[in-house]
Amino acid sequence: MPAHLKVVALVGFMLVVVATPREWFAAYAFFLAVLVTVGAVARVRPGWVLKRMVVETPFVVFALLMPFIAQGPRVDVLGLSLSESGLLSAWGLLAKGTLGVIAGLLLAATTTPQELVRGLERLRMPEQLVQIMAFMVRYLEVVTDEMRRMAVARASRGFEARNPLHWPVLARSVGALFIRSFERGERVHLAMVSRGYTGRMPR
Amino acid sequence: MHVPDGFLDAPTSIATGAVAVAAVGVALRGARRELDDKTAPLAGLVAAFVFATQMINFPVGAGTSGHLMGGALAAVLVGPWSAVLCVSVVLIVQSLLFADGGITALGTNILLIAVTTVVVGWFVTKVLLKVLPKRVGMVAPAAAIGAFVSVPAAALVFTGLYAVGGTADISLSTLATAMLGWHTIIGLGEAAITFLAVGAILSVRPDLVYAARGVIADRELVIKAKESVA
Repeated sequence: MPAHLKVVALVGFMLVVVATPREWFAAYAFFLAVLVTVGAVARVRPGWVLKRMVVETPFVVFALLMPFIAQGPRVDVLGLSLSESGLLSAWGLLAKGTLGVIAGLLLAATTTPQELVRGLERLRMPEQLVQIMAFMVRYLEVVTDEMRRMAVARASRGFEARNPLHWPVLARSVGALFIRSFERGERVHLAMVSRGYTGRMPR
Repeated sequence: MHVPDGFLDAPTSIATGAVAVAAVGVALRGARRELDDKTAPLAGLVAAFVFATQMINFPVGAGTSGHLMGGALAAVLVGPWSAVLCVSVVLIVQSLLFADGGITALGTNILLIAVTTVVVGWFVTKVLLKVLPKRVGMVAPAAAIGAFVSVPAAALVFTGLYAVGGTADISLSTLATAMLGWHTIIGLGEAAITFLAVGAILSVRPDLVYAARGVIADRELVIKAKESVA
């Protein structure tokens, strides 16, 4: 399936999910069933998705706090006084957020970055933005590798960041990483100019 | 840190999306002045840099750690327009390829993280540089204060959005206090790291720091008498 259709489907699906009132519990079961079916058809391993769902953690914490800090009538659950609307909000946040993460991961699992960039181009994302994204995706591995090499270099000299006193060392690495990335950008640009680049990519 | 799907209701999400599209459009025009035809390769590499820096964990102690958001840092390094583009692209990639930040909340995230932190961070830095003595040593502290202010500013905008399209009835004052308090602490970390990183870059390649350009242009080349080499 072409990437641009997948992106459109994802946006459409999530807009429907977000617009669904949180009291319609059955609708959420249906949404989840849709995602499970899509995942099964696309042969995405459930473990792969579950492992990457950790990005959601901060908001799970926030959602769990919700029943304690929200206002409105209270109910007693297991001896705790919880806000009724807070419970409902927590459920809504968790359900919608989780569906969003699963849907997003399904897209990520079935689309390579290159396909995604081409898909967004077909969706008429401004050309400049597409190009920036293409370069970012292309050099992401290079830059993160560079960062990893610095981490190895630090570690092999016995460095281990434990507290804020070690921040200057890490910040200097950030500085070095910026200089290396920027200079690489300049080199890439010059190399492209010498091969006839005029500010837009040939088709 | 990114807003997930379902945090704000659908109309608010669509509205912030429209604002984000407009802001990125303006930034596209502005970036051409900052980087001309180098825009795509350089902004792409800077976007990769911003993405990578967000993976570096700064230990806070007691087993917890935080990471840089980098909006103000990017603005100081490559200029505000390019920074808006770079951080926006980072957010798009994070949302679509890593499911970090909801797809329907993408507009909200761009508005908060790419536009608000960059614009506020840049504005504060710029004003401070106007007021402070024109010395290279002043750029890093100004950038740090810009970074510090940018984080609670984004939290404040988020609270405002939540007041319009929030999906839970937390009292606004509770939310505002919690968000501002918490993000002031995060802002302190952001300021410290921005200060150190900008300082490190200034000592190696001051010409690469966009915010320092006005300061460096005033410097004269001084040739000192060479000591005789034995």
